[in-house]
Amino acid sequence: MVKKASLNIPGHRNTHVLKVLFEKETAEFINSRRMLLFVVLTALITISGFYAALSGLAEAFSGGNASADFLFLKLFTVSANSIPSYNSLMALMAPFIGIFMGFDAINSERSEGTLNRLVSQPLYRDNIIIGKFLAGLFISAVMVFSSGLLIASVGLISTGLIPTAEEAARLFLYLCFCVIYIGFWLAVAILFSTVCRHAATSALACIAVWLFCAIFISLLAGIIADALYPVNGNDMQSLLNEMKNYSCELNLNRVSPYYLFGEATSTVLNPGVRTINAVTVTQLSGALAGNLTLGQSLLLVWPHLTALAALMLIVFTISYVSFMRQEIRSR
Amino acid sequence: MTSSETKTAAVIRTMGLTKKYGELTAVDHLNLEIRKGEVFGLLGPNGAGKTTTTLMLLGLTEPTEGKAMIHELDCTRDTIEVKKRVGYLPDNVGFYGTMTGRENLRFMGRLNGLMGEALEKRIDALLKRVNMTEAADRKTGTYSRGMRQRLGIADVLMKDPDIIIMDEPTLGIDPEGIRELMWLIRDLAEQDGRTVLLSSHQLYQVQRVCDRMGIFVEGKMIACGTLEELGQQISHDGINTVELSVYPDNVGLQSLLKNMKGIIDIEKNNDTYVIRSSYDLRRALSKTLAEQGYTIMHLRQAGSDLDEIYRKYFEKAGEKVG
Repeated sequence: MVKKASLNIPGHRNTHVLKVLFEKETAEFINSRRMLLFVVLTALITISGFYAALSGLAEAFSGGNASADFLFLKLFTVSANSIPSYNSLMALMAPFIGIFMGFDAINSERSEGTLNRLVSQPLYRDNIIIGKFLAGLFISAVMVFSSGLLIASVGLISTGLIPTAEEAARLFLYLCFCVIYIGFWLAVAILFSTVCRHAATSALACIAVWLFCAIFISLLAGIIADALYPVNGNDMQSLLNEMKNYSCELNLNRVSPYYLFGEATSTVLNPGVRTINAVTVTQLSGALAGNLTLGQSLLLVWPHLTALAALMLIVFTISYVSFMRQEIRSR
Repeated sequence: MTSSETKTAAVIRTMGLTKKYGELTAVDHLNLEIRKGEVFGLLGPNGAGKTTTTLMLLGLTEPTEGKAMIHELDCTRDTIEVKKRVGYLPDNVGFYGTMTGRENLRFMGRLNGLMGEALEKRIDALLKRVNMTEAADRKTGTYSRGMRQRLGIADVLMKDPDIIIMDEPTLGIDPEGIRELMWLIRDLAEQDGRTVLLSSHQLYQVQRVCDRMGIFVEGKMIACGTLEELGQQISHDGINTVELSVYPDNVGLQSLLKNMKGIIDIEKNNDTYVIRSSYDLRRALSKTLAEQGYTIMHLRQAGSDLDEIYRKYFEKAGEKVG
């Protein structure tokens, strides 16, 4: 009875509804066949990433040119001859994971005829997409952390490397970045699932956005930078433009979450990365070679984190607005 | 509260309710009053604006003009309060196919703030009521349409609403299923005292179950009332039509008919006479014919039948538009 009474307070009711929706979404995903595919995909990323790390580490050691610092983190960044590292696999696959979980979030409910039943219940409509978003984020967080920790623990046993506290913290940060990155793609997928009527259309639209971010932005960035600051002449001006051209291209590239994620994670995982912008020789003079502390690395990628989170929120807000204004008819 | 008082209280009221989609007017200044405990049928062809009206009542779409009230609550503003008290069974209801019927109901119950034992009890009672206990633990993906509809009713009743809105509840169900459904709807109104608003384009089914009906064409309600009232609204045109066939069919009969009072004209199709008159002839006809030794094989007032009414109104609406 006490619980029932507390439901009459609007705030309590709202969180209760959100909790129920979240649980339903999570349960539905776990019981679906998609979960199986999801597990297989995750396992593939984990296994190939781990294999790349082990063989890559061995090669680096036999070559005798591996720096001995932060070896444990190299488990995530080292690639073997043809197999990409865990980090680059993650950068590649995370969008797919996000899209995979969200591309039919709203439109499948619509085509199943459950959405109009749902919106006629006493709940705020935003709870529906927030519940879906949180459930997707939760599942991907579980997956990212279990895969990352699995590599860490198996790596610990097989290589005998013991992580320092800083390495553990950096790993944790890295995995958080992965979750936020997946969250961005989940938000994109939910946006298209509210806008497009068919699941196939929204999946294709998501993939188009991903291709644009992964490939075309960098092409466009190069073209625009060259147009604004030409560097192919032999005159003094093109020499002066060199720096501006590079910075312009870099900044344009950073519009893409793909690029942001790549820059941020390589900084977090590699304390040797001291700068991510163009630096002149004069700026470097007198600098001591050495690794950055965790706080300094974090300071370097803080804008990236903010930008990724902001992008995620912007996309989510757009889907929120478009969903709130939609008229929901039967299928 | 006495029963007469509760009967007169309007629980659903719309005032000049209008919805426009660009140029198209889906619902045009609808004024509707539905009283507590009655079954009201919203009748009309596809695309007449029935679904749009129900969506506006639930606050799922905003009216362009006018107001819809449920229990004196504004349907556009107080959507949460309205949705707590109104159950909606959409046309072609769907369920989460990976969950069982029982799990689907449990989810809805929890969304409506039920939990624990009360929730399980309600689920069991409702499953029994819609006769779905046996199929309750099967995945809803395997259900037939009729079963989905029955589970849909249980689903609507989970929140114990006092108003139920059903959109085309009889669509795609076999006759036996429809019979059961109608019985259930009647029961909801009579036993539980709930108000039911159902929309349909299938006349006969609605005729059997509704207390009052509204005929809806091109966004306008062109007639509203009980079956008899609708019939009378037709007769107000001044013409009453009776179909008659009599044995023996001879010349004497024809002259007899012609001499009756109020006859406007008589038409003969095979062995059926269609008689148009200025008032209801049925009493006079049966009396006179019996006295003269004729046997009445068929006597029916055209127009009291819903189909007739429906067609009539549709023809009228067509004239207005054309």
